[in-house]
Amino acid sequence: MKYVYDLHKSMREQNLILVYEGEFTQEITKSVLAMAERNMDSMGEESSIKRKVFNVMVECLQNIVKHGEGYKVDESVSYDAVFMIGKKDEEYIIASGNPLYNNDVEKLRCKLDQVNELDKDGLKQLYKEIIKSTTISDKGGAGLGFVDMARKSGRKLEYDFIPVDEERSFFALRTTIGRE
Amino acid sequence: MEILNLEGTEDTPKIILDKANGIFEISGRSLPEDSAEFYQPVLDWLEAYASEPNPSSEFVFKLEYFNTASSKLILDVLSKLEDISGAKIHWYFHEDDEDMEEAGQEFSELVEVSFEFSTY
Repeated sequence: MKYVYDLHKSMREQNLILVYEGEFTQEITKSVLAMAERNMDSMGEESSIKRKVFNVMVECLQNIVKHGEGYKVDESVSYDAVFMIGKKDEEYIIASGNPLYNNDVEKLRCKLDQVNELDKDGLKQLYKEIIKSTTISDKGGAGLGFVDMARKSGRKLEYDFIPVDEERSFFALRTTIGRE
Repeated sequence: MEILNLEGTEDTPKIILDKANGIFEISGRSLPEDSAEFYQPVLDWLEAYASEPNPSSEFVFKLEYFNTASSKLILDVLSKLEDISGAKIHWYFHEDDEDMEEAGQEFSELVEVSFEFSTY
């Protein structure tokens, strides 16, 4: 039973206030958002910070719902996504991870690098360019999620692709919202 | 014209489009699972309204939050209003919500419709 304590301890050490692992759907997204909102309300968080955190959470969760579907290798092994929120003294950390095919890694890396290269005005221009020209994809996305996350956080999006096996990698993404 | 009246939910906005009473309003939160499907009836309604609009129509946007997929559809809605003569947009934002104010500003730069900004 020590794993229960270990998990608890590691959550505390990482300042995590919410972790969800498993299937991601719109219904689960709503529940996770409601929990996080209650959590911030009970801490008496400022509404402007709450809104930014909520914003980034929605884009992050809906990205997973649309693109990060877990898949089964066989009956006993499946790869699911994970979502977590951490709170340190002066910042919130919204992090997620989901499996994806290695073929999709480079395209995603390019998108993230493009966003991370831009300053505030550059991001605003990119947002306007995309929204003018985009059509909603089959999966329901507008291609604006990362740009919006970068704009709302005012920070670079941190990411990593961790190789899992010959076919797959694990995509980890972290956005930080400062409380200053 | 029939009234389009959608009750708001935790992830969809409240929408009233009522020609007879001159009420046109979208308010609340918009983060539906399928934004294109959700907004299609709104776009259809506006398309029909554009062919026989009231002399003037004030469209109220009082959004608390919208996700990026919704923002694309909101732009589509605003673009429909370009075709409605006498249409004006009233963009409300919470007084400490700079992001919602900026979102309205950006939309106003993307469409040819008159915007008025107010806090609530």
